[in-house]
Amino acid sequence: MIQELTSRLKLNFPAQIIPRYSCFRRGSMFILVLGLLVGSLMPLGGASGSPGSGTGQDECKKNNGDEKNGNKTTKKSFPVLSLNYENVRLPFEISLWVLLASLMKLGFHLMPRLSSIVPESCLLIVVGLLVGGLIKLVGKAPPVLESNIFFFYLLPPIILDAGYFLPIRQFTENLGTILMFAVVGTLWNAFFVGGLLYGVCQLEGTNLAGVNLLSCLLFGSVISAVDPVAVLAVFEEIHINELLHILVFGESLLNDAVTVVLYHLFEEFTNAGTITVTDGFLGIVCFLVVSLGGIVVGAIYGILAAFTSRFTSHTRVIEPLFIFVYSYMAYLSAEVFHLSGIMALIACGAVMRPYVEANISHKSHTTIKYFLKMWSSVSDTLIFIFLGVSTVAGPHEWNWIFVVATLVFCLVARVLGVIGLTFVINKFRIVKLTSKDQFIIAYGGLRGAIAFSLVYLLNPKHFPMRNMFLTAIITVIFFTVFVQGMTIRPLVDLLAVKKKQETKRSINEEIHTQFLDHLLTGIEDICGHYGHHHWKDKLNRFNKKYVKKCLIAGERSKEPQLIAFYHKMEMKQAIELVESGGGSKLPSAMPSTVSMQNIQPKKPPQDRALPQLSKAREEEIRKILRTNLQRTRQRLRSYNRHTLIADPFEDGLDEILIKRKKMKELEKKMNNYLTVPAPPADSPSVARARLASDPQAWGLKSVTEIPTIKVELVSPQNPESVKVVDEFSKKGSQPKGSEEEGGLTMRVPSSEKQRKDKTPDEEPQPRFMRCLSDPGPAAEDEDEDEPFLP
Amino acid sequence: MGSTNSTLLKIPNVEVLMQETGFSPAHIIRLHDRFKALDKEGRGHLCPHDFGAIKELAMNPIGDRIIGAFFSPGKETVDFHTFVKILAHFRPVDKDRPKEPNSPEPINSRSNKLKFAFQLYDQDKDGKISRDELLQVLRAMLGMQVTDEQLESIADRTIQEADLDRDDTISFEEFRKSLEKINIDHKMSIRFLR
Repeated sequence: MIQELTSRLKLNFPAQIIPRYSCFRRGSMFILVLGLLVGSLMPLGGASGSPGSGTGQDECKKNNGDEKNGNKTTKKSFPVLSLNYENVRLPFEISLWVLLASLMKLGFHLMPRLSSIVPESCLLIVVGLLVGGLIKLVGKAPPVLESNIFFFYLLPPIILDAGYFLPIRQFTENLGTILMFAVVGTLWNAFFVGGLLYGVCQLEGTNLAGVNLLSCLLFGSVISAVDPVAVLAVFEEIHINELLHILVFGESLLNDAVTVVLYHLFEEFTNAGTITVTDGFLGIVCFLVVSLGGIVVGAIYGILAAFTSRFTSHTRVIEPLFIFVYSYMAYLSAEVFHLSGIMALIACGAVMRPYVEANISHKSHTTIKYFLKMWSSVSDTLIFIFLGVSTVAGPHEWNWIFVVATLVFCLVARVLGVIGLTFVINKFRIVKLTSKDQFIIAYGGLRGAIAFSLVYLLNPKHFPMRNMFLTAIITVIFFTVFVQGMTIRPLVDLLAVKKKQETKRSINEEIHTQFLDHLLTGIEDICGHYGHHHWKDKLNRFNKKYVKKCLIAGERSKEPQLIAFYHKMEMKQAIELVESGGGSKLPSAMPSTVSMQNIQPKKPPQDRALPQLSKAREEEIRKILRTNLQRTRQRLRSYNRHTLIADPFEDGLDEILIKRKKMKELEKKMNNYLTVPAPPADSPSVARARLASDPQAWGLKSVTEIPTIKVELVSPQNPESVKVVDEFSKKGSQPKGSEEEGGLTMRVPSSEKQRKDKTPDEEPQPRFMRCLSDPGPAAEDEDEDEPFLP
Repeated sequence: MGSTNSTLLKIPNVEVLMQETGFSPAHIIRLHDRFKALDKEGRGHLCPHDFGAIKELAMNPIGDRIIGAFFSPGKETVDFHTFVKILAHFRPVDKDRPKEPNSPEPINSRSNKLKFAFQLYDQDKDGKISRDELLQVLRAMLGMQVTDEQLESIADRTIQEADLDRDDTISFEEFRKSLEKINIDHKMSIRFLR
């Protein structure tokens, strides 16, 4: 089977990489890569098909070649060291390609000057060209981007990443516009390009008479689709404002349905031979089925995933796996029925996200985020490299007129389409699209690898001019990615297009936005007009009443979204504050937290090691958390053999914050806890928990009484409750007046209110808190984390 | 357009109304029809009871505030002019309006929209949103699902973020500033009114 896969894959081995950078440090890295590749260079024996152990006969520089020659002596001594490359060939080569891609990406970011001029996708294509050229030089056939690999392995991570983090609010607000561009725009492009190309083919002087109308239309439909991969790759770097970003990006996602339908339609027609009006009508029905079917399939899987995540509280470690597998299944299921896999994937990600995020732990959330980003990043790098390699490899048939005509028509069609559609759309929009916007939308219509793969899939028997199509498509792709990709950034600056706003949402904005939503809904009701707000409100109500109860576990199903937002914000701030106590600078882009700007680290920078917080800093942190954090929830980490062993330093942050948060609670309930109940017998895992939470481990002097987390063996239905026990008997109300310490200006509610027990009822209910984790190198756009229909 | 003209004539001072609010005749007619539909007893003005009959409005957390905004202080009824003027706040902004130097700002300008929203917060009309007023709004929006302490800390945090002159209340300028990133023209406009 491996042989078969190998031959299908047609992957051969890249010879070497030419180190291109002169800088010593980077040069040394590339020499490393070089050595790695060359050192594992397999001899021609692999390519010539001789199975079994290869013999190291040519000039490979391996130094572990102690193998015995496969000569036909009667007795072979026992091979101490032998070589069997064929066994590991396939995974080895795949890994090497991935490694190559990642190293390339690494390399580009080490050269900020280059990467600010040229977008990454261009550089990657160039690398692909080089690698392809090298392979050709060595004499082997360079691999081509197989369509199956592309559609089943390389594309889904990118789309899932896009769908999961889709900004729902902007998307739904502009849905009408996006659909117009995606559906009508793509149709217009397809027919315009296809039709005009047919016209050109019919002209005298070109020897293109063999190209019939259907083929041209098919080609037009394939090439007219804006490609999400390319758009993402380029737009991500230019940080354009959200409206334009979501318009172009949304269009690139939704036009997949149109492309799929047109492609299959024209392919079928080419086979069938005759077209009738019924077929045309069926085509329209097919379009609806494909798009809506894709969305329905995606939504079903999304709901399944959300439902599953409700029960994963005991097995946190595999939570991310569910997300990925369900999404992938959604994609594959849609592909089974020839529905739009991309739309299924988007629907799945968008539907499941609000519920899943309410259910999974913080660490799983981080895992999902980073895995998705990683996979999509590797995928997109590989795609571009392979595009370059395929260009060198692929069978080409260059026909000047056809290629140039294609290029010109594509551009013209795009511009005309955008202008025409915007004219119509602006009649219905509140915020109109200016001509600057139109220009960017037209200019951002990049084509990419999807078009290439679709043409590659064509059967040469039915489409004898497939090679010509391939050449034309590659030319268009290169043009759009290189020329448009490179020039879009200076153009954006030149035209002074609005850029993305970097700052995060403040609580003010959140509250007022919700208020305005209610206000507008009310006004719409008064006017008797069932507009956008009305339906949104209805959907929200339905969501709150029925759906959330099913899909979100436990208490969180009732949590209003404002509270969730507030909690998230507070925790982020607390984490940042603690980190800044370690000596790093406070992030400067925090205009919403006025008070935070007053907290300058007045002390000399401390050691980075977490346990050594200065006393004053601790005091500040405690005050902030005490005054601002209300009932937070704690979740016991699931301690079983599948869990990662608690690392004291990594979890130090968690523990400090857990403790600090409990201070606030405990001070309110101090009246109830004059005695400390005896701790129950500890299971080993519990003992470990206690040990991990042992304050002494961190050198924090117990200047302030720190409560220990006592974990009791709890009843079955509440396996995760953590009883918080206050160890200090009577803590007098701390002086609330010392606000000025450290420049803190947070206002603390008066002590009377503090001691007023609002929930004197039962014992401390189990409180659940997300396990905190390192927020990552750049806690960047939290726009992704918006709640459902914000 | 005969019937519309006659409807228009029935409304007193309709020219002034159209000029003040910027509504087109078609809009005025639509609003007039709605007004009449709400005014079930045919008195020619609306009272709070009529608004209360709109059932979706009853479910709205700030429904009573919205109703209250229609009634100027002291008056118990809303006539058609006032009705239209209030709704004019939600007309989409005309971007290409010629800027005459001395004309008053149109009702649907961004600033006036914000003022309208501000008045909904500021029930005692002292020009500032106090902590209590904010708490009331939060309580109305969040219902009974949160405790008082949570509300208080949210309110504290909100005031702290927005309050630049440290008087523990949010003035209109601070309100406006905290919303400067939000596209009010889009957020506070209804597409129907065009």
